[in-house]
Amino acid sequence: MGLEQNEVSLEQIAILHNRFKQLSQNEETLRRDDLKTIQDLESNPIRYQIIEAFFDRRNFQKDGVGSVEEIGFEEFLTVMSYFRAPAHHITEEQREEIRRAKLRFLFNMHDTDNDGTITLEEYRHVVEELLSRSGALGRETAKGIADAAMLEVASISVGPMAPDEFYEGITFEHFLKILKGIEIETRMHIRFLNMDTAVFCKQHSV
Amino acid sequence: MFICFFKNFFFTRTTPLTNPQISGKTRDLATLPPLHWMQSNEETPPIAFSKPNNGDEKNGNKTTKKSFPVLSLNYENVRLPFEISLWVLLASLMKLGFHLMPRLSSIVPESCLLIVVGLLVGGLIKLVGKAPPVLESNIFFFYLLPPIILDAGYFLPIRQFTENLGTILMFAVVGTLWNAFFVGGLLYGVCQLEGTNLAGVNLLSCLLFGSVISAVDPVAVLAVFEEIHINELLHILVFGESLLNDAVTVVLYHLFEEFTNAGTITVTDGFLGIVCFLVVSLGGIVVGAIYGILAAFTSRFTSHTRVIEPLFIFVYSYMAYLSAEVFHLSGIMALIACGAVMRPYVEANISHKSHTTIKYFLKMWSSVSDTLIFIFLGVSTVAGPHEWNWIFVVATLVFCLVARVLGVIGLTFVINKFRIVKLTSKDQFIIAYGGLRGAIAFSLVYLLNPKHFPMRNMFLTAIITVIFFTVFVQGMTIRPLVDLLAVKKKQETKRSINEEIHTQFLDHLLTGIEDICGHYGHHHWKDKLNRFNKKYVKKCLIAGERSKEPQLIAFYHKMEMKQAIELVESGGGSKLPSAMPSTVSMQNIQPKKPPQDRALPQLSKAREEEIRKILRTNLQRTRQRLRSYNRHTLIADPFEDGLDEILIKRKKMKELEKKMNNYLTVPAPPADSPSVARARLASDPQAWGLKSVTEIPTIKVELVSPQNPESVKVVDEFSKKGSQPKGSEEEGGLTMRVPSSEKQRKDKTPDEEPQPRFMRCLSDPGPAAEDEDEDEPFLP
Repeated sequence: MGLEQNEVSLEQIAILHNRFKQLSQNEETLRRDDLKTIQDLESNPIRYQIIEAFFDRRNFQKDGVGSVEEIGFEEFLTVMSYFRAPAHHITEEQREEIRRAKLRFLFNMHDTDNDGTITLEEYRHVVEELLSRSGALGRETAKGIADAAMLEVASISVGPMAPDEFYEGITFEHFLKILKGIEIETRMHIRFLNMDTAVFCKQHSV
Repeated sequence: MFICFFKNFFFTRTTPLTNPQISGKTRDLATLPPLHWMQSNEETPPIAFSKPNNGDEKNGNKTTKKSFPVLSLNYENVRLPFEISLWVLLASLMKLGFHLMPRLSSIVPESCLLIVVGLLVGGLIKLVGKAPPVLESNIFFFYLLPPIILDAGYFLPIRQFTENLGTILMFAVVGTLWNAFFVGGLLYGVCQLEGTNLAGVNLLSCLLFGSVISAVDPVAVLAVFEEIHINELLHILVFGESLLNDAVTVVLYHLFEEFTNAGTITVTDGFLGIVCFLVVSLGGIVVGAIYGILAAFTSRFTSHTRVIEPLFIFVYSYMAYLSAEVFHLSGIMALIACGAVMRPYVEANISHKSHTTIKYFLKMWSSVSDTLIFIFLGVSTVAGPHEWNWIFVVATLVFCLVARVLGVIGLTFVINKFRIVKLTSKDQFIIAYGGLRGAIAFSLVYLLNPKHFPMRNMFLTAIITVIFFTVFVQGMTIRPLVDLLAVKKKQETKRSINEEIHTQFLDHLLTGIEDICGHYGHHHWKDKLNRFNKKYVKKCLIAGERSKEPQLIAFYHKMEMKQAIELVESGGGSKLPSAMPSTVSMQNIQPKKPPQDRALPQLSKAREEEIRKILRTNLQRTRQRLRSYNRHTLIADPFEDGLDEILIKRKKMKELEKKMNNYLTVPAPPADSPSVARARLASDPQAWGLKSVTEIPTIKVELVSPQNPESVKVVDEFSKKGSQPKGSEEEGGLTMRVPSSEKQRKDKTPDEEPQPRFMRCLSDPGPAAEDEDEDEPFLP
């Protein structure tokens, strides 16, 4: 992907490697169940999507399809590198590249059936998951929110539509368009990957 | 007490030596002599009808038989409120006049014009022979400043503020300290030079002066920055700095004042100074937070006394400010903390009208205060005792500017190492240029005791010069400079629900990644705080159901509410306000044809039944959800509290709608013409029923559509009809298929019941209606 220019430093790789070993219980590969054991993830409403993202081939290389059952450290690192902040002095082009890559990651998280569009159903699922912690109250309004959001995307991307026209779903280009306002390249980052000094790795009781 | 204090304000001549010793910002009201009041009373002529010593007059009447005064004049009684009102009126008229001249207002910022007006008024008063009133520090700190700060604190954009908190603190604390010592030290050096008559100015006085003049003033910054619409980052940086440097200023001021009295400084004193700073700032925040929580808690119970809700907000905030001032803590920080803490909870509790009231009152008060402050600055300039010393004044000005520039450059260099979004040199220039000084500095110098500070008048003159320079020169030129440098302006974007969804999504995603990394960073703690907030704090401070409302839903409801109000205000026609994507409607996004690449699995009968049952309930909800978002139907009075009442009405409308179902093909009469809609607002069920009828064919189309391709395919009888495209065959599809309408029969699934609030919509006919439909064809 277009993130080669932001190499993760050796020290960070070492720390991540330690973490990988810890999660996979010293095996070579990581499975979904290993990630599911992380306690802090329990309270996260979108934990399944996050875990799934690590095993999604589309995030490993440009034309990957489908998902895998287990990943090695290389894939783990590749997924982590999506959360690197862009360097300060980069050209506008490179910034755009990075933005596309990160938004592609998000898009893949939503587009679960890999047909290139986020349909209404998939979007509804996203909103439902986000509100899944709010009980029945959340579930009921989730559909309304998702519908409203789709309406917004359709009207922004396509404009006026005749009553019998049909908006298939959010394509990647539309997705880029509606999220233009969020400066994704700076917001989607973890400080951990920027720190040059060693960071403590919390020892979780697995 | 209050009145006699104000009397002092108007009777104060230019030398405040008549006032007792002042220490620090707060003046002890109790010690103010009530002399003036008594004197003026004795001066009033005895003919006045309302004179207090009525008894004598009556006796006098009996003896001297004076004629009954039909019309009498007693100006002295109303003098004080009258003069205050005159000033406020003058300020407001000035503001009015200012905005009536658009050409002038685009060149000169409002604050400059107001100072000029103040100068004129001061000059006029002087011409008349009276001494113009000076901006008394207590009036300023107790009555004029709090509304502005509360307005700023209540509407503080928390997200940007916390994201840039490190930077802001650096500028506020380190920057102000640097400025204070640089200016103070260099001025002392200048004073020591031969040729100036400034040998009497000792180091501590210079440092005190430096500390006062180095603080960026929030009033001036607000006044200027609000007009130039600069991007949010720069705005929050400069503005945040001006708010937070109050603590530093307070501490330094008291410190140097005490030292001037004491005469010597030791290392312990320096150390104590640092401790004092922490106490002042953190103490102020704690006091503010306590009052904020109290206000939030009180607002939980105000559902029956909505009228006084705004009062609680204002009084609690003012108390926070005053309480902080009692202990010499930073009142400004207390006020900011109070406003910021109470806002999310209060807004969830109070009614929409109260919210509007609070907003408008705060804006109004802060606007009036702002205007008065600048006018009085002008008047004080004319009135104040001046001691002009060329070298001192020029040196002050130069050092202030230089210190600011150097400080900003140096700090940015350090800060950029830790920031993700670095500050460019353009940003740095704006930050340096936006460091305006204002009335706070003036008032602080005014409070100085001339006995300890004999050069006070010189300080006053210097401060006024610096203030004039920054406000006039920098204030006027910042706008063209911003345009020249092409600094990013504030984007007037509407908050979109997609962005909100993804902001939330990102928050959770980043927290999750941090957890996977095992790194307890930013997001982890923020998430923990949010969860704590949701679990405990919200339950305490927010009344009723809304305590459990997640942020996304709250945002969505706010949007709905806003659009409903817009719809009502625009006449309630079928023309939707621009906020709503009126060009696309629900039918455009609902899938009508089966997606080609969907694999339709074979299903057993049992599974198909299960699926149909699930879909039935989901589809029901779909219709209801669509209804709740569609502005056509939400013509009810959105000004009522919450959506509860709207939804209760909807429940009632359902009954009516059942009867309407038979008339689907009849186009709805133009019940949505503005006058009709207005007349039927919230009261007339017809408005609801008729409107919804037009929607039904549209919505029902989606239900029939193969969102449930499996069930359609397996049951052969339905498959052909199910895959038909929409159009006029909609009704046909519905009537021909008995089982399909069966699909739409509402299933009373358990989880539907406990959620009446958001469930019931007009379009949702009960099961009985569906049965009816089966028997009667739709087509007439």
